[in-house]
Amino acid sequence: MSDLTGLTLEAAREGLLARRFSARELAQAHVAAMERARALNAYITETPDRALAMADAADARLKRGEAKPLDGIPIAVKDVFCTQGVLTTAASHILDGFTPPYESTVTARLWEAGAVMLGKTNLDEFAMGSSTTTSHYGAVENPWRPRSDDRPGDNRPLVPGGSSGGSAAAVAAHAAVGATGTDTGGSIRQPASFCGIVGLKPTYGRCSRWGVVAYASSLDCPGPMARSVRDAALLLQVMAGHDPRDSTCAPVPVPDYAAPLARDARGLKIGIPKEYRASGMPAEIEALWQQGAAWLRAAGAEPVEVSLPMTKYALPAYYIIAPAEASSNLARYDGVKYGLRVAGDSLADMYEQTRGEGFGAEVRRRVLIGTYVLSAGYYDAYYLKAQKVRTLVARDFAAAFERVDCLLTPTAPSAAFAIGDHRDDPVAMYLNDVFTIPANLAGLPAISVPAGLNADGLPLGLQVIGRAFDEETVLRAGHALERAANFTHRPSFIEGAGG
Amino acid sequence: MALDKDAVAQIARLARIRVADAELDALAAELSHILAWVEQLAEVATDDVPPMTSVAAMRLPMREDVVTDGDCRDAILKNAPQTARGFFAVPKVVE
Repeated sequence: MSDLTGLTLEAAREGLLARRFSARELAQAHVAAMERARALNAYITETPDRALAMADAADARLKRGEAKPLDGIPIAVKDVFCTQGVLTTAASHILDGFTPPYESTVTARLWEAGAVMLGKTNLDEFAMGSSTTTSHYGAVENPWRPRSDDRPGDNRPLVPGGSSGGSAAAVAAHAAVGATGTDTGGSIRQPASFCGIVGLKPTYGRCSRWGVVAYASSLDCPGPMARSVRDAALLLQVMAGHDPRDSTCAPVPVPDYAAPLARDARGLKIGIPKEYRASGMPAEIEALWQQGAAWLRAAGAEPVEVSLPMTKYALPAYYIIAPAEASSNLARYDGVKYGLRVAGDSLADMYEQTRGEGFGAEVRRRVLIGTYVLSAGYYDAYYLKAQKVRTLVARDFAAAFERVDCLLTPTAPSAAFAIGDHRDDPVAMYLNDVFTIPANLAGLPAISVPAGLNADGLPLGLQVIGRAFDEETVLRAGHALERAANFTHRPSFIEGAGG
Repeated sequence: MALDKDAVAQIARLARIRVADAELDALAAELSHILAWVEQLAEVATDDVPPMTSVAAMRLPMREDVVTDGDCRDAILKNAPQTARGFFAVPKVVE
C-alpha cells in the first residue's frame, strides 16, 4: 500500500473518485508513512485517530457521489495554525499544553473541503528561522542527504530549511500529500527549495491569518506546500478567500487556479532582476537561474533584464520590521492566559521568569531587537527608516511590473546546509532569505519550484514573483518551469526505504 | 550602535524577559552585530519617502458594532495556568 503515499494530490483525488482505493486506505498509508518518518522529527503532534475519522467521513461522501474538492486528501498542518482540540505549540516552550478552543480559518476551510488532518508539523520557534533548528521540540532533518562520496567524513544530517521545515520534510518524505506553511520572510519557499518540493507564498491578504499564531503581522502569509505546482494550486483554491475576521484579508474574488495551468508561457515577459546576481552567488545556482530563463524562453516567454536597486536593503529592513512586530505580538505570552507559567515573587517577576524560560535564544534575540528599535529615541532611526525603505522596495517592484509580467530568481543562495551550521552567527543565518524577503516586504505572491540538483545531489529551487493578487501568472510561469525541469529526483530517505 | 551589558539589561527589562547576568555580555555582542548590520540602511536616501505601515492597499473595513461571540468563559479559561472562581488568577498586585 506504500505506493499510495507517492501520489500527487491530483492523482490521489482521481484514485479516490474512481474508487480505486478508499480515503481510509489512503489515510492509513500516510499514517504509516508518518510513523516511518519519525526519525526526521517532522511532526510535533500526530493525529492518526482524527485522520481516520475524517477519512471515513470522506469515504461516506465519496460513496454518495457528493465528493468535496479535497475529500480524503491527507494534509499536514504547520503547528502555527490553531486547531480546535489539538495541541498547538508554535514549537515554543512558552505555549506548553495550549489546546485552542477554536480553528484557524485556513485549516477550517481545508477540513470543510474534505481534507484529512495527519498532524501538526515542526517549525522554527514562532516561525523565526531558516533552518527548523530553533524548535523547542528539536531540529527537523531533511530527507535528502548529500551524495556521500562528495563529502567524505561529513555525514551530518541537513536542515530542511525553515521555518516551515517540518511541513517541507513531511511532504518530501511522502509523509503527507500536501501541507500548510506560513511565509513571513521565505518560510514556505526556502524550505520548499531545500526539500525539492513546491511552495507557494500567496499575496499578503489572500489567505486569512485568523487563528495563525502571529509572528510579524504585516508580513505573515499562510500558503500551500506540495509536490507539484498543480497540487499547490488545488490547495490554494481552498485556503484562499475573504475572511471578515482578518481585517487585512482582501475582499476580492478567488479565481480558478487550475485555469492558468492549461496555458503555456507563450507571451509572458519575465523579468530577470540584475541585482540578485550581486550577492556572491554560487556558480551552480547562477547556472540554474540561467537555465530557468532559457527554459522559459524555449516555452515562448521573453526574459528581460530588470533592475530592483533596493534589493540589498530589503534584508536589513526586514530584520528591523519583523522583530519590531514580533516584540509587540509576543507580548501576549505572559504566563496568565495559556501556556507556561514560571512562578515569581510578583506579577512582573512572574512575567520575566516565564518569558525568560519560555522563549528560546532566537526568539529572545528578535524580541529584544524589536523592543530596542521601537524604544523612545531609536524609533525614527531604525523602525521608521525601515518602513521608508520598505516603501522603496515596493516601488522597485511596481516599476518592474510596468515592463514585465513576473520575475524569475533563485529561491535561496544555497542548497540545504548541515544541522549546526550558522548556529553562532545570526546574520549569516538571516542571509538565507536574501532572495525571498523582498516579496514579503512588497506583499507579492511567489512560488518556489524544484529545478535541479547541485553537485552534492541536493535540490535547488527557482522562484517566480508576481504582481499582487496575480497568483495565476505565478502558477502559469511556475508550471512552465516545472514541465521544463522535469524534476523527478527523490530524497534518499525514500529511495533508501525502497518505497 | 554598539550595546553594552547595561543597555541589554535595560532592554530585557522593557521586554519583560529575565536574562541571566552571565549571558548579558554575549547577548550584547550578538545584538550589536545585528544592529551594525541593519545600520547599512543609513545609506538609503529616504527624506521624502512615506513609511509603509501596511502593504495591503485597502482601507480598514467597517462593521456593525454588535456582539458576535460570547458565553464561552470556560473555553477561554481552559488553557489558563491558574484560575479562581471564573477568573484568571495571578500573583497579588495590590497589598
